[in-house]
Amino acid sequence: MKKTILLLITISFITTVSAQDGVEILNRVEKNMSSDNRIFESSMIIHGSRASRTITSRTYSVSDKQSFTEYLSPAREQGTKMLKLENQLWIYSPSTDRTIQISGHMLRQSVMGSDLSYEDMMDDRKITEIYESKIVGNEVVEGRNTWILELTAKVSDVAYYKRKMWIDQERYVPLREELYARSGQLLKRTTLTDVKQISGRWFPTKIIYKDVLKQGDGTEFTMTSVKFNQPIPDYIFTKAALKQ
Amino acid sequence: MIKFLLKGLLRDKSRSLLPVIVVAIGVVLTVFARGYIKGIMVDMIEQTARITTGHVKVTTKAYSDNIDQIPNDLALLNAGRIKGDLEKNFPSMTWAERIKFGGLIDVPDENGETRSQGPAMGIGLDLLSENSVEAERLNLNKALVRGSLPASPEEILISEDFSQKLKVNPGEKVTLIGSTMNGGMAIHNFSISGTVRFGNTGMDRGTVIADISEARLALDMEDATGEILGFFDSGYYDDELAAPVLAEFRNKFPEGLDEFSPVILRLRDQAGLDLYVDLSRSMGTIITVIFFVAISLVLWNAGLLGGLRRYGETGLRLAIGEEKGHVYRSMITESLLVGIAGTIVGTAIGLGLSWLMQTKGLDISEFTKNATTAIMMPNVVHSRITPPDFYIGFIPGVLSTVIGTMLAGIGIYKRKTAQLFRELEA
Repeated sequence: MKKTILLLITISFITTVSAQDGVEILNRVEKNMSSDNRIFESSMIIHGSRASRTITSRTYSVSDKQSFTEYLSPAREQGTKMLKLENQLWIYSPSTDRTIQISGHMLRQSVMGSDLSYEDMMDDRKITEIYESKIVGNEVVEGRNTWILELTAKVSDVAYYKRKMWIDQERYVPLREELYARSGQLLKRTTLTDVKQISGRWFPTKIIYKDVLKQGDGTEFTMTSVKFNQPIPDYIFTKAALKQ
Repeated sequence: MIKFLLKGLLRDKSRSLLPVIVVAIGVVLTVFARGYIKGIMVDMIEQTARITTGHVKVTTKAYSDNIDQIPNDLALLNAGRIKGDLEKNFPSMTWAERIKFGGLIDVPDENGETRSQGPAMGIGLDLLSENSVEAERLNLNKALVRGSLPASPEEILISEDFSQKLKVNPGEKVTLIGSTMNGGMAIHNFSISGTVRFGNTGMDRGTVIADISEARLALDMEDATGEILGFFDSGYYDDELAAPVLAEFRNKFPEGLDEFSPVILRLRDQAGLDLYVDLSRSMGTIITVIFFVAISLVLWNAGLLGGLRRYGETGLRLAIGEEKGHVYRSMITESLLVGIAGTIVGTAIGLGLSWLMQTKGLDISEFTKNATTAIMMPNVVHSRITPPDFYIGFIPGVLSTVIGTMLAGIGIYKRKTAQLFRELEA
């Protein structure tokens, strides 16, 4: 009996330590990945089932709450702008001169045909606020030691009920992620590479998204330039800026 | 002999009138029901063909595998060349490119903000080419409720019910929000030229008709099309016409491993239409058999009653030496004459009623309000008079009369000559 109680106490202690570790690791990751604000230019190569397309854009963001993206190329997408303010998202199309709010089922639509959905861009809550985390193992990814974290949603309004993250043990950046539905079905897979030290933080500058339910070979998202903590005028994050 | 029997029938109305009326009613019901049900089935099939399936459809293998999802990302590329090949190889058919798409129709207010919005199903088809018969095929002129048909590429038609729901009128601008062929967001402005009523509840709920050139622009589908529909010159689907087309197509465009290679589908291979096609083909036989059995039963009974009424007459004829077989045969000949007369009258009335129903139609919109089948149910159904309607009535009309009499007349052979005079004295 004493042995059983001792075993239960040990298991509960280990679980608590793991949970704390998971949260601590995620906090360290957030320090790397989040910033007060950032300006970056990116190119998104979408590998469709028939051909690949490249879309370039410039994004301004303040924390994870506000962001403004202007698409620079190709010609069909040039001038299209996207504004996210808290949990609202608008898209401006220059050819129609219309600003459309993306809501409801439209949030599940793909961003420019990529493997990313608008919904993926919307959740700006801290990951530790919406997921329980635990370390479920260790693995070497691309020659680097990683912890495997399993995250389970503790709130109901999340796009992915379960996530699995491979975190670089030295640099505290995710190197791989898998996103699952409540049913356990794998929905998306993400690979993060080209980790660079920028303004004193480690930051992956290339992310490969793969929507496993979609045809094609995924979407390569590369940040061609990233600047942290730059002055960004307030008017950028207004609907009026969309038409300028 | 026939002249003699005819005279007998004409002079004794009780021998001819009731059987003729019974046969005529049966034949009227047979001819009318056949034409009506055939009409409904053909209307449903052809409406579905004109709007959705064509008599045959060419698309990519990948698109056809996911056809319910309207996967425009798997659409046919080099559509112009493929359509040209089809026109060259199958000159007796007409071919039409179609792009189906889904999305939201967004109506802006004076500030460009959303005033109203609703989900729409769109069809892009050739409305503006000089030789295009697509507007005619979809009967758009007759379906027009307000405004006019599109005269320029950026103009669209929307269903009248949808326009009322969105509170939008011809002349106003709306924005389509959908998906491009590449899966990106398509945002495109259109101007409403008119509103239409399709006569199909599902389509009237929220349909947009656009010219295919503008649909291509909106959905980033340059020289691509979701489907190429083929229509037989006869205007009606026929398995026997489709078979050689399929064989020749597969010979010209062998199905390879490439999921984007073109494949052909018959109407019956799409949307569970095989059952309807089979049913429409066998409907004539089913109706004829039903009425044949029903009329035979009625006339058998009428024959038995007649036999009782003419009990004395047949007895007398047998007593004066007429052979049983002769009496039996003469009664069958009488029934043959009655059957022919009843069938002619019944066919004439049946065809008349069918013609009325073919011309005027019957509004069944109340019953199809919530129809969710893959097949397009027209709101107004029509009969369809086909050549068999002119002779089909003879099968139940004549055959059942003769069989009814044959069954009823068996009693003649059971009469015993020795008892005839005693029966007659009584």
